[in-house]
Amino acid sequence: MKIIVAIKQVPVRDSVLQVDASGKWIRESELSFEVNEPDAYALEEALQLKERYGGEVIALCAGPARVSQAIREALAKGADRAIHVESDDLGAADSLGIARLLASAIRSEQPDLVLTGLQSDDLGYGQTGVIMAELLGFPHSTIIMQVEAAGSSVRVKRELENGWFQWMELPLPAVLTIQSGISKLRYATLMGIKKARTKEVKRLSAAELGGLAAPVLSVEKVYLPQKTKETQMLDGTPAEAAAALVEKLRFEARVL
Amino acid sequence: MSVLVVMEQYGGDWNRMSFEALSAGQQIAADMGARASAAVLGNGLSKLAGELRGADLEIVYTVEHPLLENYTADGYTAALEAVLKAKKPSLVLFPHTYQARDFAPKLATRFSQALVSDVIGHRVESGSLTLVRQYFQGKLNGDLRALGSGPHFASIQAGAYRSDRLARGQATVEAFTPELNAASIRNKPEPPFREAERAVDLTTADIIVSVGRGIKEKDNLPLVEELARTLNAELAASRPICDNGWLPMERQVGSSGQTVSPKLYIAVGISGAIQHLVGMKGARTIVAINKDENAPIFEVADYGIQGDLFEVVPALVKELKKIR
Repeated sequence: MKIIVAIKQVPVRDSVLQVDASGKWIRESELSFEVNEPDAYALEEALQLKERYGGEVIALCAGPARVSQAIREALAKGADRAIHVESDDLGAADSLGIARLLASAIRSEQPDLVLTGLQSDDLGYGQTGVIMAELLGFPHSTIIMQVEAAGSSVRVKRELENGWFQWMELPLPAVLTIQSGISKLRYATLMGIKKARTKEVKRLSAAELGGLAAPVLSVEKVYLPQKTKETQMLDGTPAEAAAALVEKLRFEARVL
Repeated sequence: MSVLVVMEQYGGDWNRMSFEALSAGQQIAADMGARASAAVLGNGLSKLAGELRGADLEIVYTVEHPLLENYTADGYTAALEAVLKAKKPSLVLFPHTYQARDFAPKLATRFSQALVSDVIGHRVESGSLTLVRQYFQGKLNGDLRALGSGPHFASIQAGAYRSDRLARGQATVEAFTPELNAASIRNKPEPPFREAERAVDLTTADIIVSVGRGIKEKDNLPLVEELARTLNAELAASRPICDNGWLPMERQVGSSGQTVSPKLYIAVGISGAIQHLVGMKGARTIVAINKDENAPIFEVADYGIQGDLFEVVPALVKELKKIR
């Protein structure tokens, strides 16, 4: 099975965010980046599928030079090769624009399966996989917990709301978006890290993929959310704060 | 300007979030000087459509076809594509459910548009609509405008608009029969199922102590277990804790776990991603203990302690033991 995994690099989870001078996005220069967690699970699922059914895993990542780190990590964990869609100005692109570039990079590879995480931890649109499927003309299914290959199709377990699940069969080629936490992530081994250096990374510019289309969404500004609920912050040492909290819970909220 | 709200039903029962989206649709339409319409997809919808007759809506479209009996992304997309081409709404709204997340981006792509997902609010200024959504799991808000002539697409976050604000009135029900063919529906869904009977029912608990990523390791769990014991509370967790197998899935609170409304909810080391918040923001009193002062959990908390949970929780246990 030939599997492409689309991964994204995002600011690390505990980043302190500051709005940039334009007011339209955050200052990225001081941030550290990591692989988007749901995408790490998509990669893990791809590697496990390859171990079970054979084939090839190709990591696909779009972004500026810094995303090479995410690509190296995917190769070290066991991806066979990678495609880097190089572009410095994806920040202003919307989900449709990014998905168009990725789909264009995927098309010529003719994969059996395209996996990606169900959403990104930064933008959180949760759409890239679904849009790619539509652009590629592939069927898709989202928020997937388990994948079983069955010849020219896959049978997948999809998460529904409130503890419900559903199995679904899709003909290949197909796009699946993978739920976070469905398996245990592997670490790159020393051997894997060494081998990663010799693996092929194909670099494609946005222009080679048809260029970044004019956006259909415009982010006018970003800002820290205003509080809608009055939160009483209890200060002091841990002991003082704990004492104040118990006092409030007993005599103000009266829940103890 | 016209707004179409796509309602969600399963087996003849509404997904309640649909009414929040409907309320959003009414408010946005009113602010733009228009009226909203609704659409519901399925097979055999007369009972559900009847329930919408008393809402202030222009038209309720019942989009019926045997191939829409069970949800598929292909079927729903094709049917709605036909509705939109015939009725030409300028804005199409969905509740931000798992189902909408599965097909709404596909539908938007078909019109060369992008869905503004997970919207929490809106503004209308000189006839132009701005939608507000969250970034970075609720740490940042953003104002967005959809460009071009549309139709534009947006999905409404759970709890962002109140269904009890729904305006009453009169709606006309109109049937719409899309042309669908079985061969174009590629996914073959099987019936939904539940994994196992739930042994733990968090929904009846008076007090819940809930733990998140901040606990760092499984070996640190006794710290919160002791707090739960001291309060005679149920122990719960956010998704990552259950994903790691540190606590069983049946103790998970959030959109993929249980929805709870205890009189006291203490969130320990939980940042408050929206998937968690929708499961617990109905609690009467919420306490958050977190090291990050910008954690979204503080947005919904009544009382907050910014600090190291490894210091605060033992101090709290000590304090509670004085009164229990």
